[in-house]
Amino acid sequence: MPEPDQTPGWGVPEKGPEPGDAARQRLLAAVRRPSRAQLVVAVLLAVLGFAAVTQVRANDRDATYSGKREQDLIDLLNGLAGTSQRSQNEINRLETTKAQLEDSSNNRQDALRQAQQDVATLDILAGLVPVHGPGLRITIADPGGTVPTDIILDTIEELRTAGAEAMEFNDKVRVIAQTSFDDGAGGTMIDSTLIEPPYVIDVIGDPHALETALTFLQGPQDDVKSAGGTLTFRENDDLTIDTVRQPVRPEFAQPTTTP
Amino acid sequence: MIAALGLLIGIVLGLVLRPNVPVGLEPYLPIAVVAALDAVFGALRAYLDGIFDDKVFVVSFLSNVLIAAAIVFLGDKLGVGAQLSTGVIVVLGIRIFSNVAAIRRHLFHA
Repeated sequence: MPEPDQTPGWGVPEKGPEPGDAARQRLLAAVRRPSRAQLVVAVLLAVLGFAAVTQVRANDRDATYSGKREQDLIDLLNGLAGTSQRSQNEINRLETTKAQLEDSSNNRQDALRQAQQDVATLDILAGLVPVHGPGLRITIADPGGTVPTDIILDTIEELRTAGAEAMEFNDKVRVIAQTSFDDGAGGTMIDSTLIEPPYVIDVIGDPHALETALTFLQGPQDDVKSAGGTLTFRENDDLTIDTVRQPVRPEFAQPTTTP
Repeated sequence: MIAALGLLIGIVLGLVLRPNVPVGLEPYLPIAVVAALDAVFGALRAYLDGIFDDKVFVVSFLSNVLIAAAIVFLGDKLGVGAQLSTGVIVVLGIRIFSNVAAIRRHLFHA
């Protein structure tokens, strides 16, 4: 029990006009007039503050698990195992997606490369691009104008048979699948262009095969000779054919199957 | 006045000294702090009621802390330490709330 001679407000409540006022007065009294009891309270509150701050700091800094209970540690471990499992699943899922994307990307690149190769081949066949490579430069001299178009055409056909890949007349006309031959005044009309003798044909292909196609018995060389001209050729390791044609869109022919 | 100063001194000491919590006490310190808080609010309420007694306060403060720590210690030995400390915290929390409500009624009539 508090001693009676202590601060008023200790122990026996003052009879204030209101209970709340009494409480406030007691609080004010405690602030204004320290007492022995307050000293005790102060010591315990200091202990409390010290412990609370210590705990807060330990909690902030606690990176170790040394003070944890066994059950807490097991729970932590289980939680981590679950998280790890979920992360692993996520990794697997993402790797599958990545593999699929890479696969489809590779397929697209393969298709693109294939298409580009096709385009390059077709460009050469259609005479859309300049080409170069090994081949022959054939000169058909026709001083008397006696070599007929038939023999020129035969020569072309023989060269094609021997695997000629690109041909050009007098650096003027590129010979392709649609090329037409006709008789002309003082020469040969090739694709509506008058080509006058001497005919200089640049052919790209296997030089040896082309040579054979020209020189076999009763072949073009003999034909030209018997017609009154001369056919000579020279092998060239890097022949360039610069003449190109404009692409022509087929007006009537349509593919029977859509690609 | 001295009481508030004591609290301040304790906080400052904790900040300055930066003590390490012994590993064996680590599970009990938070419970002890909450139990002490309960005792402090109980004392403040008693003071406003006019029935404060410093001996009662000292005894209740120490016994609160010791009993809370002992319950948790017992729970650890029985293998239900985590659950028991949760239970103790809940009970003390409820008591703190009711004490603070009484203090509020005293001071603000509300």
